[in-house]
Amino acid sequence: MNFVVNKSDLKVVGSRPVRPDGVDKVTGRAQFGADMALPGMLIGRIKRSPHPHARIVSIDTSKALALPGVKAVVTAADFPDIASEEAFVGEGPMNFRDLSRNCMARDKVLYEGHAVAAVAAISDAAAEAALDAIAVEYEVLPHVIDAEAAMAADAPLLHADLFTAGMEPKPTAPSNVAKRVHFGLGDIAAGFAAAEVVVEGRYTTQAVHQAYIEPHACIASANADGQSVIYGSSQGHFMVRAYVAKLLGMDMSNIRVVPLEIGGGFGGKTVVYLEPLALQLSRKTGRPVKMVMTREEVFRATGPTSGGTVEVKIGAKKDGTITAAQARLVFQAGAYGGSPVGAAAMCAFACYDVANVDVEGFDVVSNRPKVAAYRAPGAPIAAFAVEGAMDDLARKLDMDPIALREKNGAKAGTKAAYGPTFPDIGFLQVLAAAKAHPHYSAPLGPNQGRGVAVGFWFNIGGESSASVFVNEDGTVNVVSGSPDIGGSRASMAMMAAEVLGVPVESVRPIVADTAAIGFTGVTGGSRVTYATGMATVQAAEKVVEQLKQRAALIWDISPDAVDWKDGEAVPAGANAGGFDPLPLAAIALKAAKTGGPITAEVSINAQGAGPGFGAHICDVEVDPETGYTTILRYTAVQDVGRAIHPSYVEGQIQGGAVQGIGWALNEEYVYDGKGMLQNPGFLDYRVPVASDLPMIEPVLVEVPNKRHPFGVRGVGEVPIVPPMGAVGNAIRAAIGQRMHDLPMSPPRIRAALSK
Amino acid sequence: MSRHHVTATVNGEPAEFLCDSQNSLLDALRNELRLTGTKEGCGSGDCGACSVIVDGRLVCSCLMLAVEAEGKTIQTIEGLADGDRLHPLQRKFLEHAALQCGFCTPGFLVAAKALLDHNPDPTETEARFWLAGNLCRCTGYDKIIRAVMDAAAEMRQEAAA
Repeated sequence: MNFVVNKSDLKVVGSRPVRPDGVDKVTGRAQFGADMALPGMLIGRIKRSPHPHARIVSIDTSKALALPGVKAVVTAADFPDIASEEAFVGEGPMNFRDLSRNCMARDKVLYEGHAVAAVAAISDAAAEAALDAIAVEYEVLPHVIDAEAAMAADAPLLHADLFTAGMEPKPTAPSNVAKRVHFGLGDIAAGFAAAEVVVEGRYTTQAVHQAYIEPHACIASANADGQSVIYGSSQGHFMVRAYVAKLLGMDMSNIRVVPLEIGGGFGGKTVVYLEPLALQLSRKTGRPVKMVMTREEVFRATGPTSGGTVEVKIGAKKDGTITAAQARLVFQAGAYGGSPVGAAAMCAFACYDVANVDVEGFDVVSNRPKVAAYRAPGAPIAAFAVEGAMDDLARKLDMDPIALREKNGAKAGTKAAYGPTFPDIGFLQVLAAAKAHPHYSAPLGPNQGRGVAVGFWFNIGGESSASVFVNEDGTVNVVSGSPDIGGSRASMAMMAAEVLGVPVESVRPIVADTAAIGFTGVTGGSRVTYATGMATVQAAEKVVEQLKQRAALIWDISPDAVDWKDGEAVPAGANAGGFDPLPLAAIALKAAKTGGPITAEVSINAQGAGPGFGAHICDVEVDPETGYTTILRYTAVQDVGRAIHPSYVEGQIQGGAVQGIGWALNEEYVYDGKGMLQNPGFLDYRVPVASDLPMIEPVLVEVPNKRHPFGVRGVGEVPIVPPMGAVGNAIRAAIGQRMHDLPMSPPRIRAALSK
Repeated sequence: MSRHHVTATVNGEPAEFLCDSQNSLLDALRNELRLTGTKEGCGSGDCGACSVIVDGRLVCSCLMLAVEAEGKTIQTIEGLADGDRLHPLQRKFLEHAALQCGFCTPGFLVAAKALLDHNPDPTETEARFWLAGNLCRCTGYDKIIRAVMDAAAEMRQEAAA
């Protein structure tokens, strides 16, 4: 199918039908991870470390196993000792050995909450009693929480075999620095020498959790012949299969993973925590084992994303032309290497066309839970610093902040410092829309301020599979391998309906299990509507070809003489013959007589996902007495390529912006001096609530991505990139001071105001 | 240890279940009555995913003991629709795309119903503060608030007609 240029040619794409899974979700029928039960099911629970860093001297499970109703206990001794091996299964780098040890500590515990044993019992109470009865002897070791402290030469060492990657020559001594990344463009010294104005700053952000409302949950059921099924919610059931197979040394064909509805993930469910333990307990007991985390466990042992320190320096000419941009990033990785510092470094200056760039990043382990992907991993942390510096630069130059960004904005043909040359991108169009928006020129009152910030995310494509089945009555089913986390089933049905020329209500989509559809990567990287959408479109196109062939057979003419139009086969021209149109249903009815079922499955590795850009405008009012910041108005402009279902595109933008607002104002992991997390609950870890917020106005700019049949770009991640900068710049405007440290909470702002 | 026998009215029908002393109403609804539409997001009353209406009052079912349900009238998400006729709030949530993952949705719908039972004509601010006990991490609340306000307007119109 050719790229669809004219929006007016589209009938279904761009409309706002009710999502096909909607009724189940408003009536309580939708089955999420914790909603299933199987006959004979046991309850699994995890024993966790009370220390941030300790050697495991011994684990005595005998008393637990002797308790009534306790069926099995597993520790690291029950799992294969996995060799170090890089894996690219989820979103971002992961090492199989680290993953295995993160799921079940071996030799050492590396953070408070690290799993040391798991039990399966006939009831929650029996499992709870078993946890208490497991005796673990620890040799407590000195711990380190802060990443910069962990870089010190005398810091407690987490891994004796961790030598910093990316250093030449290779270090001779182990350290807590897992990796150094460094890249640049041009000549950074010459760039600063040419600058007439320089701004710099040191910014810090705190670890924040994805805070999906659904805690991790699964049921695993192993059979005596080795065949197993895992039911659960995740951002990728093929990811679950790959990790579990590796961690347990099983064949993939013996593990079927059935995706249940997922109650939010935001990147945090692109890894496994429970599934390998539940399956191992099931293999040991011969019974299904259900495991559900408590909220406290979610906070202590899953996610979060890195806290980071970013030093940024930008030089420019008096006319605003940036001559040099430099950043140094230090990111918490948690207990094992693998923070998103690399992505953050690449995104840092990606919005700008700068000739001289130098970016260095450090991935640092410390006694915190291993970080997991969180929506545009790393990018918001870099953007908070860079956009703060850009705001300072605009002030120094007395330039309009959007004009400054326009002057230096990336466009088609710009060579990004991280490597590629941008194709058609919509950054300048986004800036123009922001500048023209009435919000940007609306009046402000006392103690109020307005901030602007921009953001970039790569967006990805990758491996996806989709099937389209025409049913005997002419209705259609669409099957894909992408867990639907925010309405993607609706998009798949809409794209298939558009190609087939049928009403979207006649196309019903499902997400199939690992044995029922070809491999599909995780729902992450803003890739599903792009890549799985492309597979769906291609499958629907194949079905259209078959429908044309069947019509040709019925009419006894050449398939070339048949066109497909509005859901019907029509003769391609007068020469083809004077046949009445054959609707899809009529062709489906005769399928048996014309060659059998009309179906197509397509598996692709989609390339060419279009980069995404956004610009946010935020108004705040800061109470000078309490330091409390109220968000008064918020507008989020984004190039979305083309919105398949505009309501769900808007929803992505609104939700991402609000997560960013929480990151900016409230959210943080708080540790005490003993390395214990102090706020593992929603009371003390405060995500934004409805009364904290105004309406969030999304503005969709559509610069179609020519690599996708309908012009789709990923949209889910960009919107979390600008908010911390936008809120910070608004607070700067309101109080006359730059807040360099997140969260910009009332105590911090009060302290700044009393200086 | 013997379990307690509890009799209550759930979604207009008589219901009975057995529970332990320490079980929450949420445990009983989900595990004994298999009404899994009511969700557990935190177990500490901070997220509202387990919202139910007990004798006309909005409560977090994770904070109420199952034995306390004896003789009570309980409404859960499963009782919101009238057979196959969706409640206006449910329809408006769908029309406004007020859900993404859908996990918090039952709690929001039950809490919003309790709001409109008490106050059929809330201001946006009143709706935002009433629903402040329900966390949604996907939507940023915008479309949820619009759906609730729209449903309220429609219900007022129907009541007046």
